[in-house]
Amino acid sequence: MGTLLQFYTSSVGKKLAVGLTGLFLCSFLVVHLGINLFLFAGDGGESYNMYAEFMATNPLIKMLEVVLVVGFLLHIFTSVILWFKNRSARPERYAMYDAAASSELSSRVTLLTGSVVFMFLVIHLRTFWFGSRYGNEAGYTMYQLVMRAFGNPVYDLLYITSFVILGYHLRHGFQSAFQTFGINNSRYTRLIELIAAIFWLVVPILFAAIPLYFLRMHYMTGGIV
Amino acid sequence: MNFTLKIWRQKDSASKGELTTYYTSDITSDMSFLEVLDKLNQELIKRGDDPVAFDHDCREGICGSCGMYINGRSHGPQRGGASCQLHMRSFKDGETIVVEPFRAKGFPIIKDLVVDRSAFDRIMQAGGFVSVDTGGTPDANAIPIPKKIADVAMNAASCIGCGACVAACKNSSAMLFVAAKVSQLALLPQGQTERKERVIAMLAQMDKEGFGSCTNTYSCEAECPKEISVTHIARMNREYLKAVLS
Repeated sequence: MGTLLQFYTSSVGKKLAVGLTGLFLCSFLVVHLGINLFLFAGDGGESYNMYAEFMATNPLIKMLEVVLVVGFLLHIFTSVILWFKNRSARPERYAMYDAAASSELSSRVTLLTGSVVFMFLVIHLRTFWFGSRYGNEAGYTMYQLVMRAFGNPVYDLLYITSFVILGYHLRHGFQSAFQTFGINNSRYTRLIELIAAIFWLVVPILFAAIPLYFLRMHYMTGGIV
Repeated sequence: MNFTLKIWRQKDSASKGELTTYYTSDITSDMSFLEVLDKLNQELIKRGDDPVAFDHDCREGICGSCGMYINGRSHGPQRGGASCQLHMRSFKDGETIVVEPFRAKGFPIIKDLVVDRSAFDRIMQAGGFVSVDTGGTPDANAIPIPKKIADVAMNAASCIGCGACVAACKNSSAMLFVAAKVSQLALLPQGQTERKERVIAMLAQMDKEGFGSCTNTYSCEAECPKEISVTHIARMNREYLKAVLS
């Protein structure tokens, strides 16, 4: 325990904590997307509702949910601590600072992109997680909830924007985690870049496809849900 | 060539500094940036003004003394060179050039463009050394080192400790400097004795000196006059993990 605490108090230890929790959250994204893909099944939401029911009631999933919350909190908490520490490392700012000449924008704005993702998460949990766990007054199934929420173009725009920003967050975050773990040499660089592209490009596109799919359905059916 | 120089003037560490504007003329494109400062200082001395204080020594890019922040970048707009190797042909005639000291909590300003980089010395004292038996000079080839490893160690060893990495990093992190030292010694047989203690001690001292932590923006690598690779930071992270976990 002493070693672990000493480890966490060091700057490299904190970076590792952010990287590890970040990758853990990425694994959650894949599971979440896997279930979401059932929305495209075209069976009126039958299979999707079944999985949603499983996720809401299975005791193992409920336990994992606690781990997930801890992962989120640790990721956010550690990142914020590091941000303050890093800001205080330069008490007087430069009059002229050309950061763009030496680094990618995505690597410099992770706290900002992460904050947007966090705000999205709060809205998202309010709409869907709360609805699935504590029911909703009208007694909609999860599929109906999804359909109703995504029938609103403003909500869809919010969703798609959030996933673009999540993609940008992961554009830096994913490969950065491997650098922090000490995995950065010519043997693995291409492989890491390839897997990173799945996370910052493919996953967000698939997530963003969901609101578009339902928006199209909304207009095709004349908004009757 | 003519230039407008906006130079950070600060009397001492306790005073508040500010950018002061100077005009220089009759500059040739093959003059180094430090020569322009020399010329300006001559004019200031003639006028009875206080010359601009700046660090310099070898003026050939190997001593690491001449660290300054030029137009928003460590050692100015060129890649792979120190401020002394920066020639005025890198600028457009009539350009305004902003010159500031390297800014970091770990590098307090002494005067004008001179900063106190002794934090680096203390990091080195914490573990940047090897135990060598005294006695006769060892034979040069007594310890064979594969060429591949020697090359990587040489890339790390080329660090001149100028502090450009800290100055360029948005977090004022000293990770590239510390990583270069840790990496160089971890790669070579001579550095094995203190391998574990070294990485832990040097990183602890780095944190103590008030440097920020690395967020992998890699601006250090881009601005390093010796173009030291960030793969050394990855190696140091590995070294640290191994040292803590074993």
